Amino acid sequence: MITLAHLLTLSAVLFALSVAGIFLNRKNLLLLLMCIELLLLAANFNFVAFSRYLGQLDGQIFVFFVLTVAAAESAIGLAILVVLFRERRSINVEELDQLRG
Amino acid sequence: MMPGALPSGPLALAIPEMWLAGSACLILLCDVYFGSTRRSLTATLTMLALTIGVALTGQYGLSTQRFLLFNGLYVADPLAGFLKMAAFVAMATAIFYSQDYLEQRAIRGGEYYVLCLTALLGIFVLISANSLLTVYLGIELLSLSLYALVAFDRDSGIAAEAATKYFVLGAISSGILLYGMSMLYGLTGTLDLDRLSTIVRSGPDAALIIGVAFVVAAIAFKFGAVPFHMWVPDVYEGAPTSVTLFIATVSNLGSFALILRLLAHGLAGTPAIWTQMLMAVAVLSLLVGNLGAIAQTNIKRMLAYSAIANAGFVLLGFASGVNAGYQAALNFTIAYVITTLASFGMILMLSRSGFEHDQIADFKGLASRDPLLAAMMLALMFSTAGVPPFIGFWAKLWIIQALLGSRHAWLATFAVLISVVGAFYYLRVVWYMYFEAAGDRPVPEARARMRFILVINTVAVTVMGVLPNALLRICERVLPP
Repeated sequence: MITLAHLLTLSAVLFALSVAGIFLNRKNLLLLLMCIELLLLAANFNFVAFSRYLGQLDGQIFVFFVLTVAAAESAIGLAILVVLFRERRSINVEELDQLRG
Repeated sequence: MMPGALPSGPLALAIPEMWLAGSACLILLCDVYFGSTRRSLTATLTMLALTIGVALTGQYGLSTQRFLLFNGLYVADPLAGFLKMAAFVAMATAIFYSQDYLEQRAIRGGEYYVLCLTALLGIFVLISANSLLTVYLGIELLSLSLYALVAFDRDSGIAAEAATKYFVLGAISSGILLYGMSMLYGLTGTLDLDRLSTIVRSGPDAALIIGVAFVVAAIAFKFGAVPFHMWVPDVYEGAPTSVTLFIATVSNLGSFALILRLLAHGLAGTPAIWTQMLMAVAVLSLLVGNLGAIAQTNIKRMLAYSAIANAGFVLLGFASGVNAGYQAALNFTIAYVITTLASFGMILMLSRSGFEHDQIADFKGLASRDPLLAAMMLALMFSTAGVPPFIGFWAKLWIIQALLGSRHAWLATFAVLISVVGAFYYLRVVWYMYFEAAGDRPVPEARARMRFILVINTVAVTVMGVLPNALLRICERVLPP
């Protein structure tokens, strides 16, 4: 029997994985974008689980909005990535060091 | 959602948002058809849309009562009307200051103005949010527009870097906010902020603290408060100055609305949890902001650290957990927005094509080159530092009074002491202007129109400092206990 606790644990694991991915990855910005998607999915998972548990639809409707916004967010993220690549010929996270102080 | 608790108002109250959304679409269309032949058309239309927006808000958007619209997703109260009016005026001023700058750097895409309008719409949604869903959508509309604006100058290498950093950290903070919201939803079973506050008040769940911690972290990020401040200096320095002006001023009104709606209203039942977190964040922000600014040589970066310190002050107002503190925070935000508009307007005024005027050393000898601009910069720096009789002094004073009123004497003492440290780097700019030789630095361009608006803006900073009670009365009226 899968209970709410199982679902919440899974979403917490997803959340932890994505945060770990963001902080451990020092090479590629695309991987960072994927981790961000995973982060949003973890939150979505929570919403759906709670919505099912509470027996109301609010949470699932929220997820529709989050999915739409996440799509727009990746579009803008990729666009910025293209601009960055045009300038630097690289999307290495470690090379983002011109601004500091 | 809220059966019969409050009168559900007429749709007319949402006319400011409808106008903004409609005009943004129309201006985008106009730009596609006529933008290439008549370049200044989009800018003129945007200014027109903002002016009409002010009139429409004055006519329809102000309400003396609290009304709920769209099934409780949207709230129209006196505070919302006031903040929208302020956002319209601040946006119009910001665009006015930016025009020459954009023209000189050949940043001519009409999308720039459309993105400004959608960002403003995001702020409006945030201001009138009464549900976790509306809060989230408002934040995202604002942030997504800002990411694109920061990267707008495609040929500047540092703009792309700043945009990347802003985007990645902003997206993470949105994810964290969303995770916290899902916790709140799971524990209370509602997305509605009114209902959330009732449920939380009747019996706070111990697990609520986890959800609140996530939400506070995300809010601290949007404010640029320590320990989530890493993006602020980089974005302020890397973005085109006109966009920095936008982020430093207008979007602050959105952050204020965010914290007010989410914490001071939605989680009003358990202030003990989040005021403690805010206190820690605010104290760290004041410390890092004021000490970090001393080491800077770039004025945009210095003002970024100053923004971190000022975010600390706003958060201190909320950390007091009393209504007087919220009023003081509103007063502080408005004062900060007015002063910062003029400070960045000054940088835009002094820059010319091929010369950003973003080093503090560029101000050397300004008093001999252009006494009027130097005198205004003096007033602005004094105001931000909190020297009477300017508006910034009263803003800080009322925050400190609210802290004393809620028995946080040590916080008030700390705020005063750290402000004295902070005065150093503002006064350094004044020192450069008045007591250092100009060398071969050029005399600033005339630009009569922009000079005129800058003078009005600076006079406002001074007059509101000499007669401080008017603004405080308004803050008390729109945020009744």
